[in-house]
Amino acid sequence: MEPERPDGDGDGQQGLKVRGAGLIEKARGQAVALKERAEAEAKTYKDPQQTQLWKSIFRVSHDRSDPRNRSLAILSNVFLHLHPAKINRDATRYNFTWGMGGITFYLFIVLTFTGVLLMFYYHPVKVAAFRDIQYLEHDVPFGKLLRNMHRWAAHLMIITTWLHMFRVVLTGSYKRPREFNWCVGVVLLVLTMLLSFTGYLLPDDQLGFWAVTVGTNMARATPLLGHEGPFGPQLGMTPFNDVRFGLLGGSIVDANALLRSYIWHCIGIPLVASIFMAVHFWRIRKDGGISGPAPVMLESEMKAVKK
Amino acid sequence: MENVARFEGRSRFRLSRGMILLIALAVVVVVWALNVKDWRQLWTIVSAPDNIPIAALLIVVPFFTWLGLRQSRANDQLIEQLASDPQLAKTHHRKTLPWRPGWARELHVWPYLVRIEFLAAVIVTVILFVWSILVNAPLEEPANPNLTMNPSKAPWYFLGLQEMLVYFDPWIAGVVMPSLLIIGLMVFPYVDSNPLGNGYYTWKQRKFAISMFLWGFFMWIILIIIGTFIRGPGWIWFWPGQTWDHNAVVFDRNRDLHEIVAGWGLPFLNAYPWKAIFGALVVGLIFLVGGLFFHWLMTRNDFEEKILARTSLLQYMTFQFFAVSVLFLFPVKLLLRLLFTIKYIWVTPWFNV
Repeated sequence: MEPERPDGDGDGQQGLKVRGAGLIEKARGQAVALKERAEAEAKTYKDPQQTQLWKSIFRVSHDRSDPRNRSLAILSNVFLHLHPAKINRDATRYNFTWGMGGITFYLFIVLTFTGVLLMFYYHPVKVAAFRDIQYLEHDVPFGKLLRNMHRWAAHLMIITTWLHMFRVVLTGSYKRPREFNWCVGVVLLVLTMLLSFTGYLLPDDQLGFWAVTVGTNMARATPLLGHEGPFGPQLGMTPFNDVRFGLLGGSIVDANALLRSYIWHCIGIPLVASIFMAVHFWRIRKDGGISGPAPVMLESEMKAVKK
Repeated sequence: MENVARFEGRSRFRLSRGMILLIALAVVVVVWALNVKDWRQLWTIVSAPDNIPIAALLIVVPFFTWLGLRQSRANDQLIEQLASDPQLAKTHHRKTLPWRPGWARELHVWPYLVRIEFLAAVIVTVILFVWSILVNAPLEEPANPNLTMNPSKAPWYFLGLQEMLVYFDPWIAGVVMPSLLIIGLMVFPYVDSNPLGNGYYTWKQRKFAISMFLWGFFMWIILIIIGTFIRGPGWIWFWPGQTWDHNAVVFDRNRDLHEIVAGWGLPFLNAYPWKAIFGALVVGLIFLVGGLFFHWLMTRNDFEEKILARTSLLQYMTFQFFAVSVLFLFPVKLLLRLLFTIKYIWVTPWFNV
């Protein structure tokens, strides 16, 4: 672009030069100032924890371990806020809790994660289900590992649930005020086994088919509601309207049973179990946190029963 | 001289109770191993991938029982000490765990608990990865309603229910028993009127409650083990080491109780209504004996009496109902069937028990 021509013609060139030099000087000055500003700002970025972005995500400093920050690390974190800020010094001992409740929950998370991945490769339809498993085992990258992990984590979860219950009994942790939470736990135990059971049919192989056939055949004999149960036939129960028909969506284990167990397995029961888990964890806090290790009580200190 | 005597005393080999138990167990295992006819069959059962959890249970349950009872024993010793020394009871921190004045009673969850949880998650993940890399989940032939699997077994955690089918009609084994188990577990905290042992391991203060739970828990696990390792084709009882013979036929002369008694010169018991009345009486008798048995357990000593005095009538009756119908009736039925080949105790036109 042509620079703007000043008035006069004698020293026009000279004036232009002077003005040009001034402009360059000014620009350089600005550039230096900008550079200095950028450098100064960059210095503040050297500590990412001081940035607005960081502070907006982590509202609490994690590098200083003063009591306030340690508490806030728990209280201000959505994943950890179910914990209290402080606990009984002995409650962190593995020997007391065996860690089984926490491990059960962790396994639930593992199963949700691997389960969602499996859902990408699985169609709950008779013609496809078994082939999908074979495809998963032979073609999907890490598909075999994925399926194995889902199965073994499920087995492990049942064992850890039982052991958790066992520990709660041995430490008397179901006692007042935790009676109700024990009941919620029993429901979760049943849901865990049902989750595993509904998953058993999904590969649509002989193992699952006959296991589910054996399992649901018991429902034929439900008193009043099953067509082979006591007083069932008298109430008009047939293989086509009894409780087993409702479970399977048919009188035999077939396509509808596959779809039903798929939906119960992937949506229905996990949803219900999540709600019960939320209550279970919430009640632990409301009932006064983990039960022990509590100071031992002596027989002579039993209070008289209120009449 | 005295030193020598003490030395000799210490070095003398003494059999502890645990040692005797271990030796007895070893003898049983050796005798059994000598009688194994078919190692290949045994390996087929034990190495089935889905049976790994059951093999794990065989190790894990005794281990955790030991871990819990070991802490119970330590606490029980402390309780005994404190009970005999009231002055100490006033000042003691009342745990077997170390404690010094000036130590904080509480720890910050961050990091002292969170780091343990993190470590546990890492360890479980590693175990799962190793397990999943080494062992493949089973996949059989495609489902075929025309080809019955023999034996066709429920998933291992429901094998207890399937094993119950041998002893009870399906409506009891498959519907009533599971419901009783679930409801029985739920009422457990409400019928346990013992205020001691809340939040610490103890055996002596809670012998009754703990043994009732262990009874049920071990029964459940034993049923699973029977269902996995012993039940073969046709749901026939094969001892571990025997070949699962698909052509085996067992001629069990299963009879009903009233038929046996009728054979003793009371032929009218073979016809209604006496058949049903007789059965009802026997079941009533079993409930009575069971009830008396649990009542005897609950009044065995002064301590149990003291706890019983705190128990309301409703708590007592609820406990008795579940204890007799789940914990007592079941082993009775199992023994009647396995030892005396008696099928039903109570026969009616509508249901059989």
